[in-house]
Amino acid sequence: MQKLDAKIPQGPLADKWSQYKAGLRLVNPANKKKIEVIVVGTGLAGAGAASSLGELGYKVKVFCFQDSPRRAHSVAAQGGINAAKNYKNDNDSIYRLFHDMVKGGDYRAREANVYRAAEVSNQVIDHFTAMGVPFARDYGGSLDTRSFGGVQVSRTFYAKGQTGQQCLLGTYSSLNRQIAKGTVKLFPRRDMLDVVIVDGKARGIITRNLLTGELERHSAHAVVLATGGYGTVFYLSTLGLGSNASAAWSAHKKGALFANPSFIQIHPTSIPVLNDYQCKLTLMSESLRNDGRVWVPNEKGDKRHPGEIPEAERDYYLERRYPAFGNLVPRDVASRAAKERCDAGYGVGDTGLSVYLDFKDAIEKQGKKAIEDKYGNLFEMYEKITGINPYTQPMRIYPAGHYTMGGLWVDYNLMTTIPGLYAIGESNFSDHGANRLGASSLMQCSGDGYFILPNTISDYLADDIRTGAIPTEHTSFDEAEQEVEDRIRRLMAVRGKQTASSFHKRLGKILWDHCGMRRDAEGLKKGMKLLDELEEEFWGNICIPGSDRDYNQELEKALKVADFFEVGRLMCEDALQREESCGAHFREEHQTETGEAKRDDANFAYVAAWEYKGKKEKPTLHKEPLKFEYVELKERSYK
Amino acid sequence: MNFTLKIWRQQNARAKGGFKTYPLQDVSPEMSFLEMLDYLNMQLIEKGEEPITFEHDCREGICGSCGLYINGRPHGPQRNTTTCELHMREFKDGETIVIEPWRSRAFPVIKDLVVDRSSFERIMHAGGFISVNTGCAPESNSSPISKLLADKAFDAAACIGCGACVAACKNSSAMLYAAAKIAQYALLPQGRVEAKERVDKMVKQMDAEGFGFCSNTYGCEFDCPKGISVDFIALMNREFFAAKSCGHK
Repeated sequence: MQKLDAKIPQGPLADKWSQYKAGLRLVNPANKKKIEVIVVGTGLAGAGAASSLGELGYKVKVFCFQDSPRRAHSVAAQGGINAAKNYKNDNDSIYRLFHDMVKGGDYRAREANVYRAAEVSNQVIDHFTAMGVPFARDYGGSLDTRSFGGVQVSRTFYAKGQTGQQCLLGTYSSLNRQIAKGTVKLFPRRDMLDVVIVDGKARGIITRNLLTGELERHSAHAVVLATGGYGTVFYLSTLGLGSNASAAWSAHKKGALFANPSFIQIHPTSIPVLNDYQCKLTLMSESLRNDGRVWVPNEKGDKRHPGEIPEAERDYYLERRYPAFGNLVPRDVASRAAKERCDAGYGVGDTGLSVYLDFKDAIEKQGKKAIEDKYGNLFEMYEKITGINPYTQPMRIYPAGHYTMGGLWVDYNLMTTIPGLYAIGESNFSDHGANRLGASSLMQCSGDGYFILPNTISDYLADDIRTGAIPTEHTSFDEAEQEVEDRIRRLMAVRGKQTASSFHKRLGKILWDHCGMRRDAEGLKKGMKLLDELEEEFWGNICIPGSDRDYNQELEKALKVADFFEVGRLMCEDALQREESCGAHFREEHQTETGEAKRDDANFAYVAAWEYKGKKEKPTLHKEPLKFEYVELKERSYK
Repeated sequence: MNFTLKIWRQQNARAKGGFKTYPLQDVSPEMSFLEMLDYLNMQLIEKGEEPITFEHDCREGICGSCGLYINGRPHGPQRNTTTCELHMREFKDGETIVIEPWRSRAFPVIKDLVVDRSSFERIMHAGGFISVNTGCAPESNSSPISKLLADKAFDAAACIGCGACVAACKNSSAMLYAAAKIAQYALLPQGRVEAKERVDKMVKQMDAEGFGFCSNTYGCEFDCPKGISVDFIALMNREFFAAKSCGHK
């Protein structure tokens, strides 16, 4: 295995990207027409990259599993998108955004990458505005911003509670423009099941046409994965049900290192589980914490209606524990605090697994209209799902699996350890360290897709101007397709008794219990053992009706669940080796006297990048040391 | 709760479809409509039958994947609600529920409750964008846009592309869908530059796909899960005639 080289450019932090970019090679316009790029995924990162590459003149093929690119899960992001515009004159800057992200990520992200993400954030906002994204504006006609968890400035641009939808539809429009021009060819309703490596370089993918079940070969000079996160590993999560790890995992099995798999963000404000057949948790945007106050009753097991509990008998525990940030503490802190109260018996609702998020004071102070303007659609959504009106009764919320900071390891060029294979957006291990701050995922995905990847990939493709089209007859394509075919055949042949979803549910429970918000060595080991047992049962008892050469949603699910066993095991492995607490990763063994996360910078200030060694083999850990030249490592305190 | 479900089954685009009846017991009122179908599917699979194919993804009313014609209405009985947001507490215990795919010639059935909505995509390809390349955007606040217009543009842009408007319309018209995008851009200064060309091309494509005309029954607005107003159709028509007067054929 090669030594990990992050390729971080020399020079002062603020100049790294501009200096580096100036030195990158270009491909001349006539040659670009001869070069093909595959982009998998049509969220903000994928559609942004595909349309930018199309504009540049490359021949782009873009793939999504949905019927339309507009349905990629970026669409569900609610609260907003950060940028360092300093429109509020609150002393924001690129440096401050960078600093907040490094600190918010609990000092487990790469300084140079984070700075670059902050640097391009302003361009992202300008581009979206130019594409007609209807961000909220103030009465003077300027863009409005709001504040978000974990920071003290107001830098989050928004379009009601549908910022992700509006940004994605903007990106979708730019993709459509390129599709119409013929620079981008769209392949909808495809699952990517393998990456094809020819002579050490990523040169194509194997997909399954979801309507016909046929396996297809697609070749290109480079492959870009923009396939999102693996949060659905928990079964119950805020993600779309189709979201999965399979594309990234197939790359991992072909040699791409997987970084920090145990860094998974548990979002503090999701609607709690209401019934046994639930397969999805709906998020209530973090922006609600700007005006909502989180509380539980002072007394354990207090079953009174929330309206009957007087002020003096309520514990606003976030305000109590973290007076400086109050309800706006970062997500990891807020989630653990909610779990702590519920575990101690103060939780509310039938299950005792929820806390109140109350808007009474905000409505009294600002009026119902002001709250409706800000959060109208979220309140409606809450009422539809729960049947309870949050204008008159506090919301009930509980943490839920949400975002994966971990992902494919990439260097400064966003290239994985497989030459020519790139990972952008949530699919890479990215810029969020051990915890992502609110509204920075839309920012990072768009930055990666529109402004970073198109530059770095050109430098790589400059070597391919004489290569010519990549034939799909190469033996590497034969082998990859055969592997996929065998796997499908094996799954179909089981003809067992249990559905993919029922296995997924049990798998998710194992990970939630043993590799969730709080972890310890014993639990992690037990989790791995349980996963092994369940996986064996899965391969002996999975039931997939119908044929694999047909539209078969059960086969689609089973293929995803099969990978989740392996992803889950690596998550546990990673959580086990990291003998510290940082960000979303909380080890019971490593906490301060007041129960806060206790980092160990001397021994764990590194990116854990895992190498796949085969199904039954232990993966190999590679460490990329993190150097902090511009940010001082401190205990992250929000008190 | 117990229900009798009458569900449209169709093996593929060429096969002849028909209703099949499924009794379903012990449904929780807290289940969403799609969770109820998951529950039925689980039972079908365990009995060795093929489950009902339906589209869905986000399950929170924003991706636009799901869309079922429930008891004669797109997305069912609750207004401003997608199928995935609909909950069983909205139905009466013992009720018979009829579930069909979107009905429109421009949305052919693929399998069971899944239809092909690629005609919607082609309408967007025809002009559903502002032609701005990455990198040439001006500073966002360099041209102020009135809050009124920005908010109005947002209301139009809230469309999730599910197709309920078409399914609700007796003429299978896609006017609300096209108008929402045309209006979003027509209302904003950055979209004005190409407004005439855009409306012309998108309307032509809409006609070419076999969608019908609008006869002002307002069924689309009534059944749109995002409550998009038919006012935008009026706005589109005005844009369309303005484009004609400028020489667009």
